[in-house]
Amino acid sequence: MLIRRPDDPDGILPSGITPRELYLDRRRFLALGAAGALMSADAFAALSAKKSLYSTAEKINPLKDITGYNNFYEFGTDKEDPAAYSGAFKPRPWTVAVDGEVMKPRTFSIDELLKLAPLEERVYRMRCVEGWSMVIPWIGYPLSALLKLVQPTSRGKYVAFETVMRPTEMPGQRSRVLAWPYREGLRIDEAMHPLAILAVGLYGDVLPNQNGAPIRLVVPWKYGFKSIKSIVKIRLTEKPPATSWNLAAPDEYGFYSNVNPNVDHPRWSQARERRIGEFFKRDTLPFNGYGAQVAQLYRGMDLKVHF
Amino acid sequence: MEATISAARGSANLREQRVRRLKALLFAVCLLPIVREAYLVLSGAEVNPIEFVIRSTGLWALVWLWATLFISPLKKLTGWGSLLRFRRELGLFSFFYACLHLVCYLWLDKFFDWADVYKDVIGRPFITIGTVAVVLMLPLAVTSTDGWVRRLKRNWSRLHWLVYPAAALSVWHYFLEVKRDTTQPWIYAVVLGLLLGWRVYERGIRPWLARRMSPVR
Repeated sequence: MLIRRPDDPDGILPSGITPRELYLDRRRFLALGAAGALMSADAFAALSAKKSLYSTAEKINPLKDITGYNNFYEFGTDKEDPAAYSGAFKPRPWTVAVDGEVMKPRTFSIDELLKLAPLEERVYRMRCVEGWSMVIPWIGYPLSALLKLVQPTSRGKYVAFETVMRPTEMPGQRSRVLAWPYREGLRIDEAMHPLAILAVGLYGDVLPNQNGAPIRLVVPWKYGFKSIKSIVKIRLTEKPPATSWNLAAPDEYGFYSNVNPNVDHPRWSQARERRIGEFFKRDTLPFNGYGAQVAQLYRGMDLKVHF
Repeated sequence: MEATISAARGSANLREQRVRRLKALLFAVCLLPIVREAYLVLSGAEVNPIEFVIRSTGLWALVWLWATLFISPLKKLTGWGSLLRFRRELGLFSFFYACLHLVCYLWLDKFFDWADVYKDVIGRPFITIGTVAVVLMLPLAVTSTDGWVRRLKRNWSRLHWLVYPAAALSVWHYFLEVKRDTTQPWIYAVVLGLLLGWRVYERGIRPWLARRMSPVR
């Protein structure tokens, strides 16, 4: 395997991590937020996480961008809908059932999940299939940590994920804009890759409802919709699982959906992207800039066919 | 006799004055979306201001075009003949917003990368259809003056029939823009259907029915 270790001299250097002032700025912003309306929320608890060496050094987007501009169709199809209509959503109590092709199927409570592995802060680029991107400081741990606990069998070749189905708390699920519940999937080697994480927080705290509380997937080298939110089911399967956007429009959204500037969406180019907060567009990088880490997963595959 | 004529002239003047004032008011109203866009962008309320401006200008081009098409059924309904005098202004504002929409796309989305624009216009029906809609509106805007109305005579209305394909294409363009939730484009499509249906009834079906119903001699 050609996975780059954090201590690899060609990898991400500690000096390439967010400057201290920026980080402190963020803490100050959080303190302001905590002093305000969020004080009453019982789930509002700061998460302490070690900064991961897999983090990018790029400028982090303000919390307002990350929590105010979301695609989370369960709460509505406009970018402002998730922030506006996720107030009634209850991220606790919560369980995630893990089963299928595993030796030890198990249901985890959210408290177990929060303690399952040491929390890390991973500052990742997030590239939406619509042509915009952000830099987000996630808190979580590798998905592989959870998968190792349930011990996938040799027939566990894919990992299927499912979002919670709660039409009373998620108004978007009352319209049939997608086939609910939302489903996503990864190949097992993608799922075991150290960059693929389960996120339980961002910006130093638990996940806001509109960002996929209480637990979500983050796969930074794929388009954002692959990073399924508010997960309740994880199933190991032998066959590739059905995924929501692929079911909705198979010619537009493939199973892999790796960020690829050379394979356009039928309606728009994927060559460039607008980083939220910037005026000029920037070039989109293959695998969203994580090619050195993940390109070997797809060696020998025609990425125009397996888009 | 003299008195009645001058009174009639007076009331005509009054009506003229009122129409002029309303036209000025309409002009201001049609500019409001730009004021709102500027406010939302400058105040930082929009997380993705460029996308917002591109979409908003496109949507308002639709709104003013639909308003333009509402004028003649509204005139028929209310019997207020002066309504026709607001139509040109609405149509021109629709064209103005469509141009803003196009310029925003060329500048803020493509940064005048003409090779890229060409690929879009040729290769992506979404962009092709939107472009054709604006192009169809261009001769209508140019020939909107009184001079052209006089010069073109009956051909003027024939030419301005192009507003219907332009409207249909623009709502099609809207359908292709949305990723999944087609509620909004459907609303515009249904209203356009009603507006066109009314015209078909008024100009085709009703006269035909009237002819059939009239006693044969």
